[in-house]
Amino acid sequence: MGILEVKGVNKRFGGLQALGDVNLSVKENSVHAIIGPNGAGKSTLLNCLVGKLIPDTGSVMFDGQSVLGRAPYEINQMGISRVFQTPEIFGELSVMENMMIPCFAKRDGAFEMNAIGSVLSQKDIIEKAEAMLKDMNMADKRHMNAASLSRGDKRRLEIGMCLSQEPRLLLLDEPTAGMARADTNNTIDLLKQISDERDITIAIIEHDMHVVFSLADRITVLAQGTPLVEDEPQNIRGNPKVREAYLGESG
Amino acid sequence: MDAILLQILNGLDKGSAYALIALGLTLIFGTLGVVNFAHGALFMIGAFCAVTVQRLFSLSFETIDETQTDFLGNALKVKTPYVEAWFGPQMGGAIIDWAVPLAILFAIPIMVFVGYAMERGLIKHFYKRPHADQILVTFGLAIVLQEVIKYFYGANPIQTPAPESLSGIVNLGAIIGMDIVYPVWRVVYFLFSLLVIGGIFSFLQFTTFGMVVRAGMADRETVGLLGINIDKRFTVMFGIAAAVAGLAGVMYTPINSPNYHMGMDFLVLSFVVVVVGGMGSLPGAVLAGFLLGILESFASMNEIKSIIPGIDQIIIYVVAIIILLTRPRGLMGRKGVMED
Amino acid sequence: MLGMNKNDTRMLLLVAALTMLAPFILNPFPTDSGLAQFNAGYPDLMQRFVIFGIFAIGFNILFGLTGYLSFGHAAFLGVGSYSAVWMFKLLAMNVIPAILLSVAMAGIFALLIGYVSLRRSGIYFSILTLAFAQMSFNLAYSVLTPITNGETGLQLNLDDPRILGVSQTADGSIPVTNLFGLEMRSTFEMAVGPWAFQFNAGYYLCALILLAVFYLSIRIFRSPFGLMLKAVKSNQQRMNYTGLNTRPYTLAAFVISGMYAGLAGGLLASMDPLAGAERMQWTASGEVVLMTILGGAGTLIGPVLGAGFIKYFENIFSKINESVLHSWFSILPDGLEDLLVTLVYPFVGKGWHMTLGILFVLVVVFLPGGLVEGGQRIVSWLRSKKSDDKAANGKTEPAE
Repeated sequence: MGILEVKGVNKRFGGLQALGDVNLSVKENSVHAIIGPNGAGKSTLLNCLVGKLIPDTGSVMFDGQSVLGRAPYEINQMGISRVFQTPEIFGELSVMENMMIPCFAKRDGAFEMNAIGSVLSQKDIIEKAEAMLKDMNMADKRHMNAASLSRGDKRRLEIGMCLSQEPRLLLLDEPTAGMARADTNNTIDLLKQISDERDITIAIIEHDMHVVFSLADRITVLAQGTPLVEDEPQNIRGNPKVREAYLGESG
Repeated sequence: MDAILLQILNGLDKGSAYALIALGLTLIFGTLGVVNFAHGALFMIGAFCAVTVQRLFSLSFETIDETQTDFLGNALKVKTPYVEAWFGPQMGGAIIDWAVPLAILFAIPIMVFVGYAMERGLIKHFYKRPHADQILVTFGLAIVLQEVIKYFYGANPIQTPAPESLSGIVNLGAIIGMDIVYPVWRVVYFLFSLLVIGGIFSFLQFTTFGMVVRAGMADRETVGLLGINIDKRFTVMFGIAAAVAGLAGVMYTPINSPNYHMGMDFLVLSFVVVVVGGMGSLPGAVLAGFLLGILESFASMNEIKSIIPGIDQIIIYVVAIIILLTRPRGLMGRKGVMED
Repeated sequence: MLGMNKNDTRMLLLVAALTMLAPFILNPFPTDSGLAQFNAGYPDLMQRFVIFGIFAIGFNILFGLTGYLSFGHAAFLGVGSYSAVWMFKLLAMNVIPAILLSVAMAGIFALLIGYVSLRRSGIYFSILTLAFAQMSFNLAYSVLTPITNGETGLQLNLDDPRILGVSQTADGSIPVTNLFGLEMRSTFEMAVGPWAFQFNAGYYLCALILLAVFYLSIRIFRSPFGLMLKAVKSNQQRMNYTGLNTRPYTLAAFVISGMYAGLAGGLLASMDPLAGAERMQWTASGEVVLMTILGGAGTLIGPVLGAGFIKYFENIFSKINESVLHSWFSILPDGLEDLLVTLVYPFVGKGWHMTLGILFVLVVVFLPGGLVEGGQRIVSWLRSKKSDDKAANGKTEPAE
């Protein structure tokens, strides 16, 4: 029994079958990659996991509880954090403030009315945020505006923000899309380190095979909204079905 | 039955104005993505085009008519409008009488120019700014335009009558054997608005220009990638939207004497109309305009007001609030417009 | 001090000094000089400065922090005014219960309207609030006449019950608003040479309340709640995917700012006990938006500056008429004088709204951060100029 169990999920948009009978099981503390050609339904699947979309049929269970019908913030509070394709951070706020917000969310829950006390008096939050900035190698950038960070740093910040919520499952949506090689390798190293050092499950949607094969313990190949194969990386490489799915796209 | 038909008719003229303004708002929003709070001011400027034309036509010179005398026995001063002197009294008189419909010819170039100047001079700098900034800058512009008109024309409503032959009443029910008496000009206004709406829709539907614009409304980026200069066409659409609002204003003057704040009064309601119809949907704007106009007219029936007092004052807002909450995209809204 | 950092303390002290010394600051010209008409140190005008300051401070908590642009906040101001006048009619002429009721009623209205409006965001939110406000305005004008007295506006009468006070005073007139006996209209005049300064009880009450709510807004800005509101403005998506429910945050901000508006409305009625529907019109909502933007939305002191600026110039500009202009330009040759008068005239006197509109457009276009940003730009420009001078560098470029 995995920490995330997707069973028989279907999703249609008008006449288009975006997801057809998707089954997926993500084992605890593994790195699970979901790959597939463009339009295979990867993003739709991800959106069904975090509450942005509700599947027409099927079930999505996280740690024995259904996530369906819950708002994104509730699902997040259950322990699923999401990293977006283009980093979603608080651009107008400082790096430090960016890091403090998830710490508040972890400590105080979805809503807490503390309108009088100063942010600066929240010692535990500050300590935690600073420690995470250090882990992300960003301590020297704490006063910078988040919007002025480089693309790679934005990505690091976003990952750090997700981690400071201590999620049990981290979802990443093409985390290296549009990145230069060096940044991509840094991100791979960072994710490896996270998965080695922390008690965390990672599910990653990715296009870049280099990233996938460097990280994943297990890979699901999605094609036309349906899982084609699920296997270990070395078995995926030579699988003729996978080749066909990808060649079909480029041909 | 008669009463119901009459209420529907009563709603049509206000509905026509809502529909025309909302159509322009939607065109601007759909093409340029700008929320134009100055659109009501364009309606108002149109109305004042009619006022100006009427005044220009009535410009007169004075002559002393020896044949007539006033009660003191002095020769009478007679004012003769220039147009009567130029075209003869009959033709000239007719021109003055038909000032409002003739004002359309003047209003179109003026409104297109005003719209063009607004877009190039101010609004184009706001495409990438937040919607709040767009609202604020166009709101400021609306105040300025309103004050300019107030400066030149004063604060009081100015009577601008319809041509004499169109200002009576007609029994519309006669054809179907009923008794429905209705002012002629309101019928004219309704037909005129249908004409303009039809014109805009066929322009968008059947011309290449319109096709490109529609494609641009649906997916600006792709059209841009095809090497078509979509921005230029959108600027033209802004001018057209301004002209539509202006025409709505010109023809509205005989129904309600124009004053400088009529634009603001209509603007709030037109926004409500756009939202009810569905942001970015042209048919939605037209449909909602007429629907809300008719609804408002029904709510002002005495039978209904006696059940729910004051309902006529708030019905449009109540409907808008209910629609926004239950059908966030409005009656015919497209997916993905202004969501987030 | 008071749990604030040095900058914030300095800002609070600055506002305190400005408000407490306003009778001096706003009356720089001797009473009998020609410029006396540009004095603004009159009780009713100064009261309006601080009351609209309170309104704008409250509006800024919503718009400046969360970015939700409400076009209906005047409705809460109106609700506050009506509530206060009713308190004067039914209970007593003491302003305290009236103000408390204003704030409470505005809070309830804000909760209802906010709960519905905040289900949508962006332009839809603006239009919803606009619709609600316009609806309240229409209702106040028509059906609710028994409560609002329609077009005439709600006023005090000689036969009002006033159960804890008197219906009329010994000499048969309507009693005046007071704070435990201190009449709001009582004014102490101090003559210093040719100057006359007026110290009004009502003004100082308003000013003290302004200081209190300004302090409160500083605390909100610096609190975790304030941080969350800024985060809502910055990126709602990230908020949702960080396990934070944005709706209660925005609703709380909406209600707080609505209560500020109600407080302002209650104070307006406490200074001059009448209330009219025009206070609720959407152009009145536009005015508070303007004050906030002009001063600098999202900054602490901006709204106070904006409110003061607009109310001051509204007063001054509308006083300038043609003869004043002629006297200004009289040193110029006749033709030029007439030309200048003709050119300037549309923008002053009754044309003040035109100036206001132009100012609005210019600020949004060139100075989205308002006066505060303008001030900062000037300071940094002066600094860069100074350092450039030191370096004897001929190429000075203004800092952008």
